[in-house]
Amino acid sequence: MSGSLIVAGYTLREALRRRVLTVVVVLTALFGALYAFACTELFHHVSGFNFNRGIDERTLGGSTILGLSMFGALFLGTVLAVFLTASAVRGDGERGLLAPVVVRPLSRGSYLGGRLLAAASVAAAYVVITYLLAVLCTGVIGHWWPSAIAGSALRLGLAAVVVTALTLLGSVFFTATANGIVVLMLYGFGILAGLLGEIGDVLPSATLQKIANIASWALPFEALYRDALRLLVGGVPGIAGAIVRLGPLGGSHGAGPLLIPWTIGYIVVVVLVACWAFARRDL
Amino acid sequence: MTTLALDCVALQKRYGSTHALRGVDITVAPGELVGLLGPNGAGKSTLTKIACGLVRPSAGTARVCGEPAGSPRASAALGYLAELFRFPGWSTADELLALHQRLSGSSGGAGERAELLGLVGLADEAKRRVETMSKGMQQRLGIAQALVGEPRLLLLDEPTSALDPAGRHTVRELLEELRRRGVAVLLNTHLLSEVELVCDRVAIIDHGALVAIGAPGELMRTSGVEVELGSETLVFDDATRDDVPRIVAELVGAGELVYGVRVLRSSLEDAYLSLVDERAT
Repeated sequence: MSGSLIVAGYTLREALRRRVLTVVVVLTALFGALYAFACTELFHHVSGFNFNRGIDERTLGGSTILGLSMFGALFLGTVLAVFLTASAVRGDGERGLLAPVVVRPLSRGSYLGGRLLAAASVAAAYVVITYLLAVLCTGVIGHWWPSAIAGSALRLGLAAVVVTALTLLGSVFFTATANGIVVLMLYGFGILAGLLGEIGDVLPSATLQKIANIASWALPFEALYRDALRLLVGGVPGIAGAIVRLGPLGGSHGAGPLLIPWTIGYIVVVVLVACWAFARRDL
Repeated sequence: MTTLALDCVALQKRYGSTHALRGVDITVAPGELVGLLGPNGAGKSTLTKIACGLVRPSAGTARVCGEPAGSPRASAALGYLAELFRFPGWSTADELLALHQRLSGSSGGAGERAELLGLVGLADEAKRRVETMSKGMQQRLGIAQALVGEPRLLLLDEPTSALDPAGRHTVRELLEELRRRGVAVLLNTHLLSEVELVCDRVAIIDHGALVAIGAPGELMRTSGVEVELGSETLVFDDATRDDVPRIVAELVGAGELVYGVRVLRSSLEDAYLSLVDERAT
């Protein structure tokens, strides 16, 4: 068995034995129940609205609450990725957990690969499953189904992998607490930049749009989130479409066909830099 | 020619302006047990970490069983117990050893795990979680972990610091057993009595430099000759073993009755303190 798979398996076993995954499943079930209740209430009330000019109340309600659930799923997946990876190198090194493992005939790259594999799999799977459950909930309760479900799920999953890779890189330089703070603040900065971009689109302001664009490429999880929102409501026509594209917590925004290849390249480069820095680090 | 288990040549390590190692040459032959002594901050742990690839040297070379330290082949040939280590608390002793078997590519299976736990006196604790073990038990588990995969070189950094006298005795017996099996050991410790009892050679490091290396007996200096006469006991402070025939002849010539002669030796502790103090002054 390759070193990466051994490390990944051990990391996942640790998450299971420490009941991290149990807690995640229980709390997500709670989140799901709350979401289902919110859907029921929303569609019950929204069906009584009398919109003019052809705005479909179910589309408006469904896309809005599903957009919120996407934000929630990605945020929770980000927290999960951070907690599973924040201490991978420096944190575990300072606690004395790392040395017994990395003195084995296991390259440091394999160790990082294993940690990435475990955390990214868990975080991406969590985000995708939570999103799909929200889609199912919205469809069953509100009879509204978004377009391009798979495309949105793919982008959300990739966004979770980007966050995991960034956390892994940060773990080479920062202690667990500092790394967690850095990554969560970067995440917040990315979302904020997306909101600024949305404001820039409405005003319009070229400067705000430029800030948002730079942030999108520098922190592609933000671009992936906005692109997933775009796919979610891309098929909604007219004024309803214009409203839902503004969206909750950062509007939808197409980043173009280069987004996925850029993201994959970005993840590869971040992991390579982490491997390079880890290889040079004295423990 | 036999390949050395550890071969460090002109090893240097700098951390900024601090010289942790200043050109250390040290070897450990197969089956040899070498004790590494020195005050805190002398560079002992740095030397050990370079040997197992955790720290990169600033200059010089370190080879383990002929392979560059830190390379996969070198790592496969060694076992290491860090001074400050921790194992995941949720893991049982058996699970921990199984992980290290997979990482080291050992095919020893359950038999090897049981044997190692038995060697360190934890035969009945295989299913016990690490978090419920005392520090001493964890240290013994750490030694068992270092022995996974039948290493040819064992690097032990303060392996008995948390052990009670019985635990230390167990480790001493284990080290002797390892020597019988041909495993080379570099033992980094502050316990001079331990070194004196089990080590073939002792290396003393101070301020990053090797200040003495040799068999414990060689490092213990002669500190006089004691002669028991009928009426009193005389001590010749500066005399050595070579002076004994002359002293006895002179005393007998002077009409004294000589009942016993003893060459006085300093302990390893005296030798160590003398070497370290010399450098301090």
